[in-house]
Amino acid sequence: MLGNLSMILRIFLRELKSQKLRMTLTILAIVWGTLSITILLAFGDGLRNQLMISKKGLGDGILLISGGQTEKAYKGLPIGRGIGLRMDVLDYIRQQMPELKAVGGEFITWGQQVSFGSNSFNKKINGVTPEYEYMRSMYPRQGGRFINKLDMDRNRRVVFLGNELADELFGVPGSPACVDPIGKEIFISNVPFTVIGVMQEKQQMGMYSGPDWDAAVMPITTFKTMYTNYRYLNKVVVQLKDVNQSESVKDRLYEELGSKYQFDPTDRRALYIWDVIHGTKVLNNSLIGMEVFFGIIGALTLLVAGVGVANIMYVAVRERTAEIGVKMAMGAKRIHVMTQFILEALMIAGLGGTLGLAVSFGIVKAVNSIPRTSMAMQWLGEPRISMTIALVTISVLAVIGLVSGFFPARKAASVNPVESLRYE
Amino acid sequence: MIKMRGIRKAYNTGRIKVEALKGVDLDLAAGEFISIVGPSGSGKSTLMNIAGCLDVPTAGEYELDGQPIANLSISRLAEIRNKKVGFVFQAFNLLPYATAYENVELPLIFGKVSAKIRRKRVVELLERVGLGERLDHKPQELSGGEMQRVAIARALANEPKLVLADEPTGNLDSKSGKAIIDLFEELWKSGTTILMITHDFNVAKRTNRVIYLKDGLVMKEPLDIARGIKSWKHDKQFDTL
Repeated sequence: MLGNLSMILRIFLRELKSQKLRMTLTILAIVWGTLSITILLAFGDGLRNQLMISKKGLGDGILLISGGQTEKAYKGLPIGRGIGLRMDVLDYIRQQMPELKAVGGEFITWGQQVSFGSNSFNKKINGVTPEYEYMRSMYPRQGGRFINKLDMDRNRRVVFLGNELADELFGVPGSPACVDPIGKEIFISNVPFTVIGVMQEKQQMGMYSGPDWDAAVMPITTFKTMYTNYRYLNKVVVQLKDVNQSESVKDRLYEELGSKYQFDPTDRRALYIWDVIHGTKVLNNSLIGMEVFFGIIGALTLLVAGVGVANIMYVAVRERTAEIGVKMAMGAKRIHVMTQFILEALMIAGLGGTLGLAVSFGIVKAVNSIPRTSMAMQWLGEPRISMTIALVTISVLAVIGLVSGFFPARKAASVNPVESLRYE
Repeated sequence: MIKMRGIRKAYNTGRIKVEALKGVDLDLAAGEFISIVGPSGSGKSTLMNIAGCLDVPTAGEYELDGQPIANLSISRLAEIRNKKVGFVFQAFNLLPYATAYENVELPLIFGKVSAKIRRKRVVELLERVGLGERLDHKPQELSGGEMQRVAIARALANEPKLVLADEPTGNLDSKSGKAIIDLFEELWKSGTTILMITHDFNVAKRTNRVIYLKDGLVMKEPLDIARGIKSWKHDKQFDTL
């Protein structure tokens, strides 16, 4: 049926020459459409990956709980009653809700003096439970460790430093004045502490009390003995086994804590629960929405380009009427006549698409070669043209080529050979 | 080979209805070499198009090689053109971007002939018309006579029983025209039935029967060559004589 591809290719090249301007514009339109689809999808993909990484910086599959104020009267208790979470709530939740993967809590105080030698800063201090290491992605750099249970049980004066705070105190690693922080003694609110670890660099998007890289972290028990006026935990963090159950876990939390603190379990103001999981999902969905939107814009551009292709093919059909007649006299069937024009349309789409994809790969490569030093570049993530994106683009192009070739081809196949031969 | 009874063909060109053929009866036995002559607009080309299944009559019966042509599908007609008929045109009608080889190959491709057999057949045909050395020449690199030879080779590609030629020498000088007619004669001798439209008396003379067409009707059929020439000579519309 195709018979002579080289001949079709030559017709295509001849057509390319004879309709130079129209062909150039149409191919440009296809290049542009391809470019917009692939680039937008590629950047969307990169952005989404980046968001996932950043989200994990705050914590993976966690709910953040803090005390609130009642809004509903309950068992004779008035509204507007403050609900505070004391340290014993941690063991209570652990007992009542064994379905959770982990439970942890923290105190926070700001503006405490942290000093090493002559370097002195006012910083955020956290008192946390050991679960924070994996719940809140506070992993130590090599050579150090996070706060453990023994530190907590023995009220040890040990501290885990956020990486930027460590750099400020001890110098940026690699610089001449830099000192290894591990094992060094620093002062927090004039009390000596031993540095046991420095946090690995991480990307953190969500935060509630400032970034983790700028804080000093000590055992929750040590914190309690040092800052004695802190009675209520600033945050309780629970980690789920199954992220899809965040809604039911939330209900259970209101129920269990409601019975402990005497509030109506339907009173959603008694506790504030920040559902990081849900937030991630919403963000992810809006990103998908964005990608679909951009994809549609690209597809529309391609559609316009498709009209251009069809236009070129219509002109070609008119110019080649005599040729079509001759072929019909030689016994060409509809399919033979149509195949030629559809293939030509596909070739135009293919040429534009190939160019567009090549340019897209070039752009993505160029963007990825820019060092990720600035914040903006970090947010951009790493755009990439995945197999899916390539396939989507190619199928859209194929459809455009087929459709824009089909109608002119049908016109060509309906040429009356007797009429067309009379032209000669 | 050809059996036509009461063939009529009317065209609707806008409001005016033109009847190109007004009831043609024509019999052509296998192995004949006949020419159709007549003034412009007498319906010669229409008759040839119908004979070659490129057009269908408005009325009348047509049998080609024993097969009635009425009510055949477009696709079936294409097959008949491909297998049973070979067309040769005045203006050669070669594909300008294709080589001599590719032009001759075209009907074989439409006829779903395998690549291997195609190759053999195309070379054979072009050698037969004396162009064995010009396989890769494009039409613009060939002389008029050579182009018409390529066209004849193309018409013969699927070994048709009937070759239809519409003024095959009309665009050629007398020398190459004569060579083309020699080629047709050779074809006829090897058993091909040929129907040729011509304006050229010297060409008509060489066929074994001349049919004179006027105003969509065959005049005094069957005509012997002498009477055909006589009536032709009296026709003032011809300037070729």
